[in-house]
Amino acid sequence: MHTTAYPSDFDQTSEPSVDQLQRWGALAAAAAVIGYGVSRRSLPGLLMAAGAVPLAYRGATGRWPAACEALLSSSGDTREALSGPRGINVKESVRLECPVDEVYRFWSRLENLPTFMKNLVVVTDLGGGRSHWVARGPGGVRVEWDAEIINEIQNKVLAWKSLPGGDVVSAGSVTFEPARGDSGTQLTVTLQYQPPAGKFGKLVAQAFGSEPSQTIREDLRRLKQLLEAGEIAKAAGAPGTSAGAGR
Amino acid sequence: MKAACYYGKEDIRVERVPDPQILNPRDAIVKVTSTAICGSDLHIYDGYIPTMERGDILGHEFMGEVVEVGRGNERLKVGDRVVVPFTIACGHCFFCHKQLWSLCDNSNPNAWLAEKMAGYSGSALFGYSHIYGGYPGGQAEYARVPFSDVGPIKVPESLSDEQVLFLSDIFPTGYMAAENCDIQPGDTVAVWGCGPVGQFAIKSAWLLGAERVIAIDRFPERLAMAHSQGKAEVLNYEEVDVTEALRAMTGGQGPDSCIDAVGLEAHGTTLDAWYDRVKTSLYMATDRPHALRQAIAACRKGGTVSIPGVYGGWLDKFPLGAAFAKGLTLKMGQTHMHRYLPLLLGRIERGEIDPSFVITHRVSLDDAPEMYRTFRDKQDDCIKVVMKPH
Repeated sequence: MHTTAYPSDFDQTSEPSVDQLQRWGALAAAAAVIGYGVSRRSLPGLLMAAGAVPLAYRGATGRWPAACEALLSSSGDTREALSGPRGINVKESVRLECPVDEVYRFWSRLENLPTFMKNLVVVTDLGGGRSHWVARGPGGVRVEWDAEIINEIQNKVLAWKSLPGGDVVSAGSVTFEPARGDSGTQLTVTLQYQPPAGKFGKLVAQAFGSEPSQTIREDLRRLKQLLEAGEIAKAAGAPGTSAGAGR
Repeated sequence: MKAACYYGKEDIRVERVPDPQILNPRDAIVKVTSTAICGSDLHIYDGYIPTMERGDILGHEFMGEVVEVGRGNERLKVGDRVVVPFTIACGHCFFCHKQLWSLCDNSNPNAWLAEKMAGYSGSALFGYSHIYGGYPGGQAEYARVPFSDVGPIKVPESLSDEQVLFLSDIFPTGYMAAENCDIQPGDTVAVWGCGPVGQFAIKSAWLLGAERVIAIDRFPERLAMAHSQGKAEVLNYEEVDVTEALRAMTGGQGPDSCIDAVGLEAHGTTLDAWYDRVKTSLYMATDRPHALRQAIAACRKGGTVSIPGVYGGWLDKFPLGAAFAKGLTLKMGQTHMHRYLPLLLGRIERGEIDPSFVITHRVSLDDAPEMYRTFRDKQDDCIKVVMKPH
């Protein structure tokens, strides 16, 4: 079911004007990030600084740079739905007793995500950085969307955003950092999403729960169990399935 | 199969329930040959443990024969005779790697619940409420054992069930309690509570080199066991002022370490003990830490208070000021079971200890409801109950 949903209820549809305060905020934030990034005198630091340049541009001009504009407006609804503080923002971290490359390898195979993300049914790699996602809403309602990878640095970061035409508008990133020397990994998920208005809006909101960060935290806990212990802890079978062989 | 199930405060029933099944690759199913009632099960019986649900299978001290093994388990095979540690640990997380097995990150599916209460969750336990994972327990004919490639220890046929069963909890728990005291030559160790864990703490204090062991209780049969089996000097707290007696016995210095093997339902004769009773009965407090208060008061300066007794909530009138003033070390927590199993099996095999001394009642699983009451009320000189499910 590919329902085309437009973010008309939560988005004023017109280009949101960035007021003076937001622009100063963006400038200040960008300056801080660029300053910090450059001061680290390392590749990740420089990348961080470079990443903040569009923000500085937006702060100065009230608009995203043309390159970003093109990137963002190719999707239209992702950018508009998620610009600024809109939508629901979640950030959760987990520390794993596995080296970074192992964790990155597991996550970058997007088909693996439903094994520990409770609300995902299936993720299909469509090739070319694109993927198709199917999630489970309340009452068995399926929500679907396509997404594309927008940033990928091996063993460091994966970022994606949803493409127009899906039931969910979302963007997010996962960063992978070494922890406790090189024996562990600190994985951080940053997720921003905006369920569409109308019939799916409420359902999707419910699917993510009243506390979306708790949902993600539980997903990451299952990821940890899977990667460290090799299986997800279960105290009992699903109701009605535990009848045994009649010993 | 038959199992002892919780149906509410003081309501235990032996019922027919579905057999356990392999749910994960590292699981095994054990046919339970012997299982025991633990003093901490009595906290459940008395309704002190939250998140118990009707029908939950009880029991965390059990052993038996492996009858089924998951496809991911290369260490156990059908027919192995094993003792199962009561804490469930994955063996591969940060905490398991640090030998802090009872703090395993990955075994509790309800960790979020424990996190709400304690900030972080410890490992899951068998048959000990949903906050500890909701795993069915071992007071049953069969039990599913998760992560069974790192938990259960194989035991030789030359040792009887009764000699090795208590490797499942109370022997390692008493041993860790004594180990936490960091016993030095010449040390005096005082043990509050001469229940099964207290009895093993006494024996373990000797094994670890104590010069004197003093045991405190009020039940004559328990004090008698501590004296005859444990070779401890004994104090009946209904007859003497314990703090004063300990001071006198140690030349005014106090015991070097104090073990609280009583926990959250302490009984006492002093004013603070009555205060605890009133507050808990009005649901204004969760625990009655009378024994712990006394252990802190009695301990010598710079000594250690070791707490194998279970606490569940927020303590009232806890004398942290005294602990601070005397520079005490407090050590506590669920036993890091997996760390002790080979070590203590070795001590049993070498004849250094025969844990069966603590058993007073041998019954069938059908007797569970009656035996919970007998054990709780300390009737019939009951100290330890072992049940045979088959």
